[in-house]
Amino acid sequence: MGENVISLNNLLFGVYPYVCLVVFALGSWLRFDREQYSWKSDSSQLLSGANMRLGSNFFHYGVIFIFFGHLVGLLTPHWIFQLLMGDLAHQYFAISAGTIFGIAAFFGGSILLYRRFFNERISLTSRASDKFVIFWVMLTLTLGLLTIPVSLGHAGHGDPRVVTAMAEWIQSIIYLYPTPDYLEGVDLIFKLHVLCGMTLFLVFPFTRLVHIWSMPFGYLGRAYQIVRSKKLKYQELN
Amino acid sequence: MKVRAQFAFVFNLDKCIGCHTCSVTCKNTWTNRKGVEYVWFNNVESKPGIGYPKQWENQEKWKGGWELVDGKLELKSGGRTSRLLNIFANPDLPQIDDYYEPFTYNYARLTSAPLSEAAPTARPVSQITGKQMDKIKWGPNWEDDLAGEWSKRSVDKNMDNVGREIYGQFEQTFHVYLPRICNHCLNPACVASCPSGSLYKREEDGIVLVDQDKCRGWRFCMSSCPYKKVYYNWESGKAEKCVGCYPRVESGLPTICSESCVGRIRYNGVILYDADRISELASTENEQDLYEAQCKCILDANDPAVIAAALAEGINKDWIEAAQKSPIYKMAIDWKIAFPLHPEYRTMPMVWYVPPLSPVQNAIEQGKLNTGPDGVIPLASEMRVPVKYLANMMTAGKEAPVALALNRLIAMRSYQRMKRVEGVVNTAALEATGLTEEMAQDMYRYLAIANYEDRFVLPTGHEEERLQDPHGFQGQNGFSFGNDSSVGISKITLFPRRRSESMEPKADTPSAD
Repeated sequence: MGENVISLNNLLFGVYPYVCLVVFALGSWLRFDREQYSWKSDSSQLLSGANMRLGSNFFHYGVIFIFFGHLVGLLTPHWIFQLLMGDLAHQYFAISAGTIFGIAAFFGGSILLYRRFFNERISLTSRASDKFVIFWVMLTLTLGLLTIPVSLGHAGHGDPRVVTAMAEWIQSIIYLYPTPDYLEGVDLIFKLHVLCGMTLFLVFPFTRLVHIWSMPFGYLGRAYQIVRSKKLKYQELN
Repeated sequence: MKVRAQFAFVFNLDKCIGCHTCSVTCKNTWTNRKGVEYVWFNNVESKPGIGYPKQWENQEKWKGGWELVDGKLELKSGGRTSRLLNIFANPDLPQIDDYYEPFTYNYARLTSAPLSEAAPTARPVSQITGKQMDKIKWGPNWEDDLAGEWSKRSVDKNMDNVGREIYGQFEQTFHVYLPRICNHCLNPACVASCPSGSLYKREEDGIVLVDQDKCRGWRFCMSSCPYKKVYYNWESGKAEKCVGCYPRVESGLPTICSESCVGRIRYNGVILYDADRISELASTENEQDLYEAQCKCILDANDPAVIAAALAEGINKDWIEAAQKSPIYKMAIDWKIAFPLHPEYRTMPMVWYVPPLSPVQNAIEQGKLNTGPDGVIPLASEMRVPVKYLANMMTAGKEAPVALALNRLIAMRSYQRMKRVEGVVNTAALEATGLTEEMAQDMYRYLAIANYEDRFVLPTGHEEERLQDPHGFQGQNGFSFGNDSSVGISKITLFPRRRSESMEPKADTPSAD
């Protein structure tokens, strides 16, 4: 940390990310290990399938592209990125991809959010955490979308500093030299978006979000039929 | 040849009286819980009717089962990639209202209501929302005993090519009860469609189960099962299905639906089949040949070659003996009077149905039916239930096998009637349908008398085989302290494990022989 003082800024952007990551990792592991029966997508499509094709697909595909966009855009080391494009081009690229997939996710998510709160069957059978999760994801998404005009303003002035600052900050967290100072001068809206996003990792193990870990790619290479033998090897039990 | 044993059923529709005892005992045993109020592992439908869930037999709507794509089996709902791309919203998922909105009644009000002029009523309450329901629009057995308009019931897929207009006339009405459970198929589409690999078929008895820990609730099993016998527990978020009452079956007891059947229509037994031929036979091009193809997959447990192969696969002797005495084999293969339900779904279902003769006594007395040579028993073609309708259910529309089965049932009756009533042994009717006297006597014993021991030929499960060294597990089951039964599933865990290094043997004990 730039200055070794306990300031709100240092707590939120130097300490909180680690709290979130540790809870995310350990919580997921423990729940997966000990509470398999609770590990599920928790679909409510059976109770109300109206607009689910539209809402759920736009939401999920949008969010997946956004997630990998963030992953690549923010975690790629600066020198590698520079081989591909300049900082300003990076920023325009992020803005356009974020706009497209952000709006797609927002469109789908709005349908899901509305359904979660105002469809009688869904609302009454929801856990508090179900409602919180969709609300919080949509809040994060909205804040993310709201950064676009600000980012466009910067880009219009040929100023790519925010994008590089965010990338540097996140990489400082990942590479264990937390440097909240990178975020100095970054607009509030970006910081709020980041805080909301980090909180998603914090609540992740305690909600339905755990199903993200279980994307069943193994299915693609699997034989259709599964037969289980009763005769377990002794070692498997130990 | 890869021999496997299958726990299978026969339901004798001729004797089903539609009392729903099977459904009720099953419900009370397995699905009397939150999240599965709407679920009936066992249900009894009145046919013609659209059934439960609505129109479950219409695979153009639900995309259940398999189809042939360039001669190869593929899930009708699409291959693996298409499954995964659709994982966020299953396009073919039935809705709760396709089953029915589960309800109970506000019974407490009957006793707690204040004194009033009129008697208090118990109004229906939704078991999903807990809100009072104005009107119940559909239920688990809405069409019971042909309730409802013909225009709605006749949407029944089996009425295709039968003549909807004709049988809509009151005088032509016919009725069949169709009890249904999971078919524990040899080629289950539910297992194949599960992205998590949580559904599986048990090697030792073929019962298809959902691993509740592994299920992630992707819901493809629900739509891919053409019989709609996999359900979604909306409380737990997991798939649930008929478990073949495996805890009972392992103990040598029949399933609870079979045990409690007052009409004694249900038979439980073991058959041996050739697992190597499943995909070849299920890929039979012509749908109408699938019934015969399925029969070809079943092996004769008295054939020495089959016995040797079964023993080599590790199938126990008592299971082979049970297969030799199997009521399922007798009815499905020896006598050819039991049929799979909708073989055209290509899942090779293992609940076989004896087609029903129609209640025809009045029609005979009024001289409206042509009878056979004995002048008493009517011809199969004259029966009230159209053979075509039964064939649509049991042989993808091929009438000959169903007609033969009906004729055999009639011939057996004719033979028995002559013997009992007139004291004459006349085998003419038997010979006409290719039955011997011995077969007819066995059919009489199994179908009419239906003793418990003949209906249920079940070997116990070999639990001892689960562990190679049972002694090492001595003292580990039953009562224990703490969270002992859940040891977690990951190789590395943060929680202390049992001290498995000290007392319990690390290596397998050498086998006895």
